[in-house]
Amino acid sequence: MRRRQLKAVVVFASTSDAIAMESGCHAAGVAGRLIPVPTEIAADCGLAWCSPEAELPNIERVLADNGLGFTGVHLVALY
Amino acid sequence: MIYLDSASTALQHPPEVAQAVAAALNSFGSPGRGAHQASLDADRAVFAARTQVARLFGASSPKQVAFAGSATDALNMAIAGLLGPGDHAITTAASHNSVLRPLYRQQEDGVEISILPVQPSGAIDFESFEALFRPNTRLAVLTHASNLTGDVYDIARLAAICHAHNTLIVVDAAQTAGVIPIDMGAMDLDVVVFTGHKGLLGPQGTGGLCLKEGVTIRPLRVGGSGSQSFERKHPAWMPERLEAGTLNSHGLAGLSAGLDYLLSQGVETLAARTKGLTNRFESQLRGIDGVRVYGGQGGVDRCGIVAINIGGLGSSAVADRLSTSYGICVRAGAHCAPLMHKALGTVTQGAVRFSFSPFNTAEELDTAIRALGEIAEEGQTA
Repeated sequence: MRRRQLKAVVVFASTSDAIAMESGCHAAGVAGRLIPVPTEIAADCGLAWCSPEAELPNIERVLADNGLGFTGVHLVALY
Repeated sequence: MIYLDSASTALQHPPEVAQAVAAALNSFGSPGRGAHQASLDADRAVFAARTQVARLFGASSPKQVAFAGSATDALNMAIAGLLGPGDHAITTAASHNSVLRPLYRQQEDGVEISILPVQPSGAIDFESFEALFRPNTRLAVLTHASNLTGDVYDIARLAAICHAHNTLIVVDAAQTAGVIPIDMGAMDLDVVVFTGHKGLLGPQGTGGLCLKEGVTIRPLRVGGSGSQSFERKHPAWMPERLEAGTLNSHGLAGLSAGLDYLLSQGVETLAARTKGLTNRFESQLRGIDGVRVYGGQGGVDRCGIVAINIGGLGSSAVADRLSTSYGICVRAGAHCAPLMHKALGTVTQGAVRFSFSPFNTAEELDTAIRALGEIAEEGQTA
């Protein structure tokens, strides 16, 4: 049975930033993928980047290096 | 068939354009509307096109590129979103109706409009342009090149004049995007409007604008944005701010393939080829009795367009003869440029417009020259 694990989740206002995040993380070798914004964070329909919690420093570096806009970085237990 | 109407729309494309559209039609979900594979594939294609457009025009970021259905669509967005009652706007008689009609509509809503005349040669006078500015001049909407004569205007110089008067400049690059290098940073342009289906070699139904950082356009349309769904107001950030509704991701995938070709070949390289064809055509035309060439005087650059008439023959009759007897496709009539025809004295006759792409060959142009020679000779003996 799948169990919840703590994830680092970045929520984006703009799809462009989300796709740029995916590209930046792939280039930097940061594990993760794009997911719908989890309802644990907001009941909305945008995109979020989800990585294992351990990738949090790398995520923040990709955000800064690429000058990406985002609405928040969250630690959330997700399946 | 010999296609010499690329100023209307590109016919010859790199094969990758159609392949990209077909692949997109059969695999893309809705862009910006989900996180499943099909939707993300559409998002990635749209973002790739955004990144390429930003690179092509020197926009500061892909997010400063907003897609629209056409250059006309984007011009409506810019004009309606930057002007309000009490403002003054300037354009030139070289403008296409895609600029003139949105401005005329603004005029009905209390915007004052000034139109810089074009000289009979097709050129514009910079001192006369500067004399049009008023304290309330908010916007100048200027074509980079006449869609009738192909004359290219010094848009960087016009931008400098606009900014000296605290006026924003919107450049209609429908005829020059992908045909002539444009760098909105170096040229200091506020808004560059482009179409995807001409020089950018993409499908019809694509176009948009590039916006300088710090310039804010009030959205013409609001609605579905794929995010912030519980907010009453449409998102304020670019590019979603100007992109209500589902984007044409299928078309944008094709546009991206066209841009791939352009960027890999180099706009300068392709422009040199088109210019070589244009110059060859024009120089041969000068040897045909009765042919009048419009524009191209005063040392201005051209963007792959040559407009002519033959004696007193109607432009539509010449174009129809070229089509039916020689299989040559050109455009006749008024070309949605009514004020330019008034300036050139061609309101009743119209003009026959030849427009070239890098895919044309010298042999095709030679065939057109021979055809025009025969038509001109017949016209003189008729």
